[in-house]
Amino acid sequence: MIQMKNVYKKYPNGIVALNGLNVEIEQGEFVYIVGPSGAGKSTFIKMMYREERPSSGQMFVDDIDIATLKNRKVPMLRRQIGVVFQDFKLLTKLNVYENVAFALEVIEEKPQAIKKRVMEVLDLVGLKHKAKMFPTELSGGEQQRVSIARSIVNMPKVMIADEPTGNLDPETAWDIMNLFERINKAGTTVIMATHNQQIVNTLRHRVIAIEGGLIVRDVAGGDYGYEG
Amino acid sequence: MKGRTLVRHFKESFKSIGRNSWMTFASVSAVTVTLLLVGVFVLIMMNLNKVADDLENDVEIKVFVSLDASEETVQNLESKITEMPGVESTNFSTKEEELTDLVLDFGDELSLFEQSNPLFDVFYVKALDPQQTEKVATDIAAFEHIEDVKYGEGKIEKLFNFLNAGRNVGLILILALLFTAMFLISNTIRITIVARRREIEIMKLVGATNWFVRIPFILEGMWLGLLGSIIPIGLVALLYSKITEFAQPRLSGELFQLLEFTPFIYQVSALILLMGVFIGIWGSFMSIRKFLRV
Repeated sequence: MIQMKNVYKKYPNGIVALNGLNVEIEQGEFVYIVGPSGAGKSTFIKMMYREERPSSGQMFVDDIDIATLKNRKVPMLRRQIGVVFQDFKLLTKLNVYENVAFALEVIEEKPQAIKKRVMEVLDLVGLKHKAKMFPTELSGGEQQRVSIARSIVNMPKVMIADEPTGNLDPETAWDIMNLFERINKAGTTVIMATHNQQIVNTLRHRVIAIEGGLIVRDVAGGDYGYEG
Repeated sequence: MKGRTLVRHFKESFKSIGRNSWMTFASVSAVTVTLLLVGVFVLIMMNLNKVADDLENDVEIKVFVSLDASEETVQNLESKITEMPGVESTNFSTKEEELTDLVLDFGDELSLFEQSNPLFDVFYVKALDPQQTEKVATDIAAFEHIEDVKYGEGKIEKLFNFLNAGRNVGLILILALLFTAMFLISNTIRITIVARRREIEIMKLVGATNWFVRIPFILEGMWLGLLGSIIPIGLVALLYSKITEFAQPRLSGELFQLLEFTPFIYQVSALILLMGVFIGIWGSFMSIRKFLRV
């Protein structure tokens, strides 16, 4: 599903974010990306949806060559990937339903299909009854569920989450993790960058630790490995 | 692109105009002011150009035929001059006709000369391109049986230099004004886009193509340009109707005339409208470029 060979990334300001990274992630896996701040986690995540591209090395996401992908082909890549952020990235002017439907409108899905699919995913994340509410009327956990609904509404093969529980209280974080588990069980690859020790140590999955732009640990069912 | 997507883009562009009403107002005002300036300037320039053309077209070459020329020679000369490449028209006037004109202009005393007419037979020649008058005149002067050629030497060169300079300055000013307008509008639209960069970012993250993001903004720019051209078109038309109303009777019989109200005002209106639409579209296009790199 995802292959990286000797991926090196140097930013224009001279900072080396990834220093020859090698990794392979299979379809249907659930992977935690852990490591201290500034270790290269965000760059790793951003490369998967081609917000950044490798300075050198090879990288494939679902057989799409990220290093040579042309700008106008990037939308095609992103339609295969759902992305969830710490700050949710919802449009405050649109209600819950519209925020989710937005992802299908931009890929020119049929209106009837949009309606059906949006209601399905809102049901899945437990927000069907709040479809007409606006993001500002929702709690943090609910907003994150809307953003998850948006990320899976076009049935992506991979779901990428950058600190999805970072802004949530522990209890709400668990609700979100349950959702991720269900999405993963349905066959979607989940890649999640996190600092949440409790979650990583409880819901055991493959753990990839990045430090100084390199993978320092890659253990199936491993623990968080850092102090709180 | 699918039809319903286009409908969506149109709806989005209208919604955005309403939603960002303050920015809409600012952009439309900027377009209005600039187009009004451009419109008034075009009125002035086009009329100056018309006056210049009228003055230029009034320039003709007076060819004096020598007294020894026979009737046949005169006919030969006429066809030779008429067939010259740079010549638009040739009018022959006999010395008797010349005298009659003089008598009409200066009074009966001159009719004394009817006994022995001192004038020459004359060709009035118009150059196809008035600016080529000098060259045509020199060429004619080289023919045989030509006594003299006059075309207001010295004076018309000065006139032409003056008119040409005027035209160039006008063109440069209009271009400069247009450039300023585009800059102003692209900046104003950039502010609306900055306010919505989050929206653009999310669109790009969920897999929207650049054109999908761009089209609503470009349509919005087009509406702003259209809205901004309404007042200038109205004011310029009103202004010009007053000007022609005032000037037309006073200029009748003069060497030059102003441009007729119609169709000139339709052309100017179309020009203002097109410029509004163009700078609106161009402004949006330029402003959105850098926000698409997500």
